[in-house]
Amino acid sequence: MRILKITLIILLLIPNLLFADDQFERNKITKNLRCLICQGQSVYDSDSDFANSMKILVDKKLAEGLSENEIYDFFKEKYGDWILYDPGLNKNTYILWLLPILIFLLGGAIIIKKLKFKN
Amino acid sequence: MKDKLIPSIIIISFIIIFLIFYKGLQETNIYTPNSEIKKDIPIFSSVKFDSKENVSSSEIFNSNKFYLLNIWASWCVPCRQEHAYLMRLSESDQVTLIGLNYKDNFNNAQNFLKKLGNPYETILLDEDGTISIEWGAYGVPETFLIHKNKIVSKYIGPLNEELINEIYSIIK
Repeated sequence: MRILKITLIILLLIPNLLFADDQFERNKITKNLRCLICQGQSVYDSDSDFANSMKILVDKKLAEGLSENEIYDFFKEKYGDWILYDPGLNKNTYILWLLPILIFLLGGAIIIKKLKFKN
Repeated sequence: MKDKLIPSIIIISFIIIFLIFYKGLQETNIYTPNSEIKKDIPIFSSVKFDSKENVSSSEIFNSNKFYLLNIWASWCVPCRQEHAYLMRLSESDQVTLIGLNYKDNFNNAQNFLKKLGNPYETILLDEDGTISIEWGAYGVPETFLIHKNKIVSKYIGPLNEELINEIYSIIK
């Protein structure tokens, strides 16, 4: 009887766990997509008509079996890199990615030089 | 000399930063996408507005003539502004107008067309808005000029006299 109860609980939990996984994936993707109407917000945060349509489309693409990156590629093809909050490294974004590293190295070099000078 | 160098650098840096921010304030924050696109039209299936029969994109855009796909809704105020221009365009033999009714109430959309006229040869329904996203639309209204299954140009926002003349110059 006890085993039956445990089995029943596990069986009831499985759909919930699967659904939670889907929701997690969908939320992760929509948080990285820019809303078309209110451009300072992510699709996840926005409740505009177009953001809601994008959420439905993300669900459809996930159901079709597309991966996170394939969904990003789909939106990039339609709207360009601008649609992603976390754009990849390419010829338009290399300054964005490399400038902080350069500034960090430059700052480090200045500090090391100053310390050496003091010693 | 060295005493004056540091304050000068600081002042110059502040002036540069001020100019950058000042220039940034003058520019609009709204992203305006490039309308010069020669992309293939998306493949999709939809439902016809009147007959509610299923239809695929290949059945609609099946010839080599010009098509004008207009995304519209009865609740969209700028759509009313541009409607007279669409009615004028519908008189042309050079272009076929296709309407994509975006997230609308059927009765309201019907009243809209009864009142202002129906410029479209076919109207498709986009009930959940996903077809518009497939087209890469940014809002309602939005218009796509299509030739040989490619998007020739894209007009974000309502059409006006200038844009209509541009369309005429492309399709003639």
